[in-house]
Amino acid sequence: MSQIKSLDDLRKIKEAVQKKIQLREKSIDPEKVIQIKVGMATSGIASGAREVMAFLIEELEKRNIEAVVTQVGDMGYCYAEPTIEVTLPGKEPVVFGNVTTKKADEIIEKYIKNGELIDGILPANYHTI
Amino acid sequence: MTQIKMHLLVCGGTGCRSSHSEGVSQALNESLTNHGLDAEAKVVTTGCFGFCEKGPIVKVIPDNTFYVQVTPDDAEEIVKEHVLKGRKVQRLLYLDPEREKTVSDDRHMTFYKKQIRIALRNCGFIDPENIDEYIARDGYMALAKCLSEYTPQQVIDIIKKSGLRGRGGGGFPTGLKWEITARVQADQKYVICNADEGDPGAFMDRSILEGDPHSVIEAMAINGYCTGASRGLVYIRAEYPLAIKRLQIAIEQARTYGLLGENIFGTGFHFDIQLRYGAGAFVCGEETALIHSMEGKRGEPTFKPPFPSEHGYMGKPSNVNNVETYANIPVIILKGPAWFASIGTEKSKGTKVFALAGKVNNVGLIEVPMGITLREVIFEIGGGIKAGKEFKAVQTGGPSGGCLTARHLDTPIDYDNLLAAGSMMGSGGMIVMDQDDCMVSIAKFYLEFTVEESCGKCSPCRIGNKRLHEILEKICKGEGTMEDLEKLKNLSQVIKDTSLCGLGQTSPNPVLSTLENFWDEYVEHVVDKKCRAGVCKSLMKYTIDAEACVGCTACARACPVNAISGERKQPHTINPSICIKCGACMEKCKFNAVLLQ
Repeated sequence: MSQIKSLDDLRKIKEAVQKKIQLREKSIDPEKVIQIKVGMATSGIASGAREVMAFLIEELEKRNIEAVVTQVGDMGYCYAEPTIEVTLPGKEPVVFGNVTTKKADEIIEKYIKNGELIDGILPANYHTI
Repeated sequence: MTQIKMHLLVCGGTGCRSSHSEGVSQALNESLTNHGLDAEAKVVTTGCFGFCEKGPIVKVIPDNTFYVQVTPDDAEEIVKEHVLKGRKVQRLLYLDPEREKTVSDDRHMTFYKKQIRIALRNCGFIDPENIDEYIARDGYMALAKCLSEYTPQQVIDIIKKSGLRGRGGGGFPTGLKWEITARVQADQKYVICNADEGDPGAFMDRSILEGDPHSVIEAMAINGYCTGASRGLVYIRAEYPLAIKRLQIAIEQARTYGLLGENIFGTGFHFDIQLRYGAGAFVCGEETALIHSMEGKRGEPTFKPPFPSEHGYMGKPSNVNNVETYANIPVIILKGPAWFASIGTEKSKGTKVFALAGKVNNVGLIEVPMGITLREVIFEIGGGIKAGKEFKAVQTGGPSGGCLTARHLDTPIDYDNLLAAGSMMGSGGMIVMDQDDCMVSIAKFYLEFTVEESCGKCSPCRIGNKRLHEILEKICKGEGTMEDLEKLKNLSQVIKDTSLCGLGQTSPNPVLSTLENFWDEYVEHVVDKKCRAGVCKSLMKYTIDAEACVGCTACARACPVNAISGERKQPHTINPSICIKCGACMEKCKFNAVLLQ
């Protein structure tokens, strides 16, 4: 640890360490940021949901998009795994099926960045209470 | 590259640790490693979440899942289900008792809905043993701002404008205290933190020191800058080993970063902090006694003035504030006095931390805005009275406070309203009582405490409290007279008026407030020789209803002193001169034949 000798030093350290607790900061008010839920039941994991989730976390950060990526249980779309549900602030959740890393990239670029709807949206088959 | 996608926050406060939360963190870590998930999820030990009723607590981020009463054996299931597959472990979720439904995350828990966490902002959020996590939450930014952008007087003005008052009990305006210490000229001054939390059942300061020690360190340094002191001292009781350990770690880390020591932020300001241990005497929470104890003298108070701000530790000007007061300072500097003053009532700004205890469903540590009503605290945050019983009283302010009743439930809580109602804010103990609590016994309990804790220097406190206690004992035994009640009142008033320090000046409050609010109950003890709560054993009598008794002999066999006699299949009787009123017979009887009067 080096000594902090000025306000700038402190700011630099803050920036460097902020990532450590960023996950916690964002979860205080998740409605304000983009929320992505990745279906991670057995069928999801078997079709590559873990890779998709890791890809999403990494890429969103690289592209400076504030989002909370959460893993959830089976969403019921076993025919279209891996599935992810994306909720943009103030909008209804949208579920995408058969998400590969390539598809995930498209979702980030088109839907998350521009709100543009793309292929692969699954009809919502449930209501949450 | 794998990224951490989940944080498992495990409470590391004294409450949860005593129910083995350390074992839980360890088991979680082991299980994560076994499943190869240690690069994806991280276990973080934090300070107190406040929901001590259901500890140990494990909170999963980012979905805010709030697991309660987690044991080390549950760790494997949490990892296999939640971390690996994203399925919440239903049986560990908090069950909302009213709706009988599990609550999936803490944002939907009634316990948290009315709380505003300012002093506790980092408790249960960061790892208190890691200065980086504090810095990530704007830690030491307030100190940097003060040193580089404000003059000492400007900082004092900010604190004054915020309306912050001392959280240790007295409610003295903090900014004013700082200004007085700053004005006195001296070659050496001291910043003192009063961490001698002594009220029975109170653990606000302990939790802050355990969960967020850096906020206190930062605030003390800010105070040093304002008052011109280069040395800080924390007076902490030795019974708080975990708080001491975390403070020591925090001080060491701050020194390594150069946030304590010489030439802080390159501004030429020097400040360092040392710890002083107390032996747990209640009177040492009084500032003059505290200072004497730190000087190695007997922990006895002296007459004020002179106040410590002028003549304190080693005769030098010393600014004494309580832990919670300090914990508010960095946020006030960063968010501004107007923000702070927007919370609370006209004369009491901000929030107050309370240790909610007694007969409520949700025992724990809460932080609420000033002006909230007792009803909201007890029935919403506290979840109501245990076992659906009836609310009787709430004791605030510890041994210096008083008991408030149902008619005070809608009174907004602030310094002045509590005083007007015959109690006080105190440091934040709040003990809820139900129909099974005898108010005379409660007053006696607190007097027992003050008699034990009185330092004995002045006679009103040393002798007066002892006499008060004797009269209360007499009443509880059923030997009291109406004259005794008058004596209680008069003696209490004399002790209040003539005692040397705050301990004696407030010690009769529990007696006076119960006399005022529960006069009937005192009269019942004295005239009818009855204790309606069934607490005062001398006033109780166990009898057997001859018609209901079938002569099964269960009670006679349970009686430890052979006070019950009677033939098999014949009604039994209890000999009152032998009976020790333990209640064992009543528990054993299947026919409800044992009666309590």
